[in-house]
Amino acid sequence: MSAKNRKLNLKDKYQYLTRDMAWEPTYQDKKDIFPEEDFEGIKIKDWSKWEDPFRLTMDSYWKYQAEKEKKLYAIFDAFAQNNGHQNISDARYVNALKLFLSGVSPLEYAAFQGYAKVGRQFSGAGARVACQMQAIDELRHSQTQQHAMSHYNKHFNGLHDPAHMHDRVWFLSVPKSFFDDARSAGPFEFLTAISFSFEYVLTNLLFVPFMSGAAYNGDMATVTFGFSAQSDEARHMTLGLEVIKFILEQHEDNVPIIQKWIDKWFWRGFRLLSLVGMMMDYMLPNKVMSWAEAWETYYEKSGGALFKDLERYGIRPPKYQDVANAAKNHISHQAWATFYQYSKATNFHTWMPDESEMKWLAEKYPDSFDKYYRPRFEYWDRKQKEGERFYNDTLPQLCQVCQIPAIFTEHESPSVLSLRQVEYNEERYHFCSDGCADIFNDEPEKYIQAWLPVHQIYQGNCDGSNVSEVVSNYYNINLGKDNLDYDGSPDQKRWQEIKNNGSK
Amino acid sequence: MAVEIRTLAIEPIRNTYGHTARRFGDKPATRYQEASFDIEAKINFHYKPLWDPQRTLNDNARTNIKMVDWYSVTDPRQYYYGSYVANRAKMQEVAESNFSFCDKNNVVENLNENLKNDLLRLLVPFRHMELAANMNNSKIAGDAVAATVAQMHIFTAMDRLGMGQYLSRIALMIDGATGQGLDKSKDYWMNDPLLQPLRKLAEDTLVIDDWFELSFVQNLLIDGFMYPFVYEVYDKIIQKDGGVCLSMLTEFMRDWHKETQRWVNAMCKTVYAENDENKILMESWTKLWIPVIKNTFLNLANEIGCVESLNEIESDLNCRLAKFGLIVSGESK
Ligand SMILES: [Fe+2]
Ligand SMILES: [Fe+2]
Ligand SMILES: [Zn+2]
Repeated sequence: MSAKNRKLNLKDKYQYLTRDMAWEPTYQDKKDIFPEEDFEGIKIKDWSKWEDPFRLTMDSYWKYQAEKEKKLYAIFDAFAQNNGHQNISDARYVNALKLFLSGVSPLEYAAFQGYAKVGRQFSGAGARVACQMQAIDELRHSQTQQHAMSHYNKHFNGLHDPAHMHDRVWFLSVPKSFFDDARSAGPFEFLTAISFSFEYVLTNLLFVPFMSGAAYNGDMATVTFGFSAQSDEARHMTLGLEVIKFILEQHEDNVPIIQKWIDKWFWRGFRLLSLVGMMMDYMLPNKVMSWAEAWETYYEKSGGALFKDLERYGIRPPKYQDVANAAKNHISHQAWATFYQYSKATNFHTWMPDESEMKWLAEKYPDSFDKYYRPRFEYWDRKQKEGERFYNDTLPQLCQVCQIPAIFTEHESPSVLSLRQVEYNEERYHFCSDGCADIFNDEPEKYIQAWLPVHQIYQGNCDGSNVSEVVSNYYNINLGKDNLDYDGSPDQKRWQEIKNNGSK
Repeated sequence: MAVEIRTLAIEPIRNTYGHTARRFGDKPATRYQEASFDIEAKINFHYKPLWDPQRTLNDNARTNIKMVDWYSVTDPRQYYYGSYVANRAKMQEVAESNFSFCDKNNVVENLNENLKNDLLRLLVPFRHMELAANMNNSKIAGDAVAATVAQMHIFTAMDRLGMGQYLSRIALMIDGATGQGLDKSKDYWMNDPLLQPLRKLAEDTLVIDDWFELSFVQNLLIDGFMYPFVYEVYDKIIQKDGGVCLSMLTEFMRDWHKETQRWVNAMCKTVYAENDENKILMESWTKLWIPVIKNTFLNLANEIGCVESLNEIESDLNCRLAKFGLIVSGESK
């Protein structure tokens, strides 16, 4: 760095306090110190062009974060002491937390691991430091979520073994394979996947719905956690944008690689979000907004502006964006219908929406709900009232890439299932969409390795030969206590006791 | 009757998570327990990493050390994120008041030019050692397969960055915040023959692949020499040379090393006690690295006239190792 005779400005000072501590090695070959920087084909000419996305020295980091943690844990303590769980809108709400704790919290830990790894892999020290700060932040999220849910776990079923379930349960392989995919990629793809596509483009559709869902449903613990994590997320988002701009500015050969990754991670993220969509539309007793509205606001509008901005680098909006936009009217219903049927193998309860909820859904989805979904839901509801609650005992066909059962429909014909097949090395693989098939075709050797829960059950690797055995032996889910219909569940009984008691 | 129902509904149905209960029983758990044990993915990984296709994600085999259960390594400080930042926030408050005391009283400005130059040559370059330690600990955090182990290393990685920043700030006090002092200091680091063994040592650690070996070498052996040497031995020499108050600016490092030894010792003790293969590996690393590290500091010790202190440091380190049973036979001179 070249020193001048005047005082350093903030930007230069921060560089002296971070990247200037690094040096060009001469005793070891730089390639041996950073062996993973080149294999993806991304060309970095000059790491010194990296713009620090935020300037936070460790002393201030400790100070700010400690203040935030202190406030957060004061709320957790008060929440537990006052049995704050009794103030939520309805016990059905807790099922959203079950999905969150077993589906999302383990991803926070995986993010910690991924960022710790790339926090070592890059030869640019500015980028390393920013990644390390995200690593420790993500550890924070994983731990504060354990603590936030700790009290709920004492009073509701299904929250009792999130990490164990994340490694095994069929639908949890959707989020797990998503993060495994990113973590097993190279460092630049990891950042494109998680920092850019996930944190920057899609975070408002994942994290925010859960947090506002908590706010609308009287869940103080989760709301407080969400607020507290917001300033961390703001840093993660600026990192996401800087990463993409930096790579694109470094070399024109990077553009097609980044475009391919944006296409892939947009699609993978969109598929993952169907779980969030169903949570918003079906699992929240007090609804925040519909999934379609969230998609319009946070993807179509904000994403549209973002990709307009990236046009100057030669980046276009993600492939199959139009398919995703059209699917916003369908995926949440399709997902809920699936979980309703397979409720014997989940760690949360499902139920049919009541009449007022059906009305809300019809209003929010004027072109799809009444036409495609209401009839089936009313039929199931009738059956249930007749004492024949529908449970599907077969095992579904999973998509080889996103690992969601084949439940989605064709782009322009919502009553036709979308199914694709690809033959590879004399083996036939199944997909939910062109998006997933494209991802497979680009890296078949990667995706043939997928640990597909249904295959694994058939192969006898999951401690049981039928669903109930697998669920209780392998998943550690208590059949009838943690799952099945909400109606008649122990959670519901306890909740009624609490409510009856309060009104006395 | 109503009272009875109330107790029934409010009574918890379980005391903690299943994974916590399997280790500690179904009783109210501490925050450290709920946040640290068995939260890392263990099985059913989907894809082999492109950067290491021989192994899976979270693979036990990224070190040659064998543990039946890596969660038997725990933190005697019981730090999870919240308690970690709370503690460091307190430590940085002290550091901040020390820095502002020195600032107000022109402590650094008033040092004689020789000492200022010595600091840029002999103290400040250790910021680069801190950065290497930061990188090494971040790698370990990414490779370790139990959250109890991984989190201690990411905390340490961030600590090392922070201490590198404190050292850098000493140079900024010397050069009037222009950056000239840091440039000069870095030039010593890159070119001064006196510092080259140190720089070589740092670069050599950056190519260690086995994460536990790396933690052992970095956090126990190198730090076991470096911290007493720089922040005790050299600190006294600085004081003699007129930098009486300068110790205030490195107080954080002394406190930190005292605290850090607790978890490093506990980790190495548990791993060493686990089986004979671990013992053999740790003994061979000790035999290999202690002479190298000691030699690395020899030039510097000569320059500042304290060669005999290296023997003391070495024997202190050997005492630490002996406490968990690791006795290195033979001379290492
Ligand atoms: Fe997070
Ligand atoms: Fe984040
Ligand atoms: Zn798919």
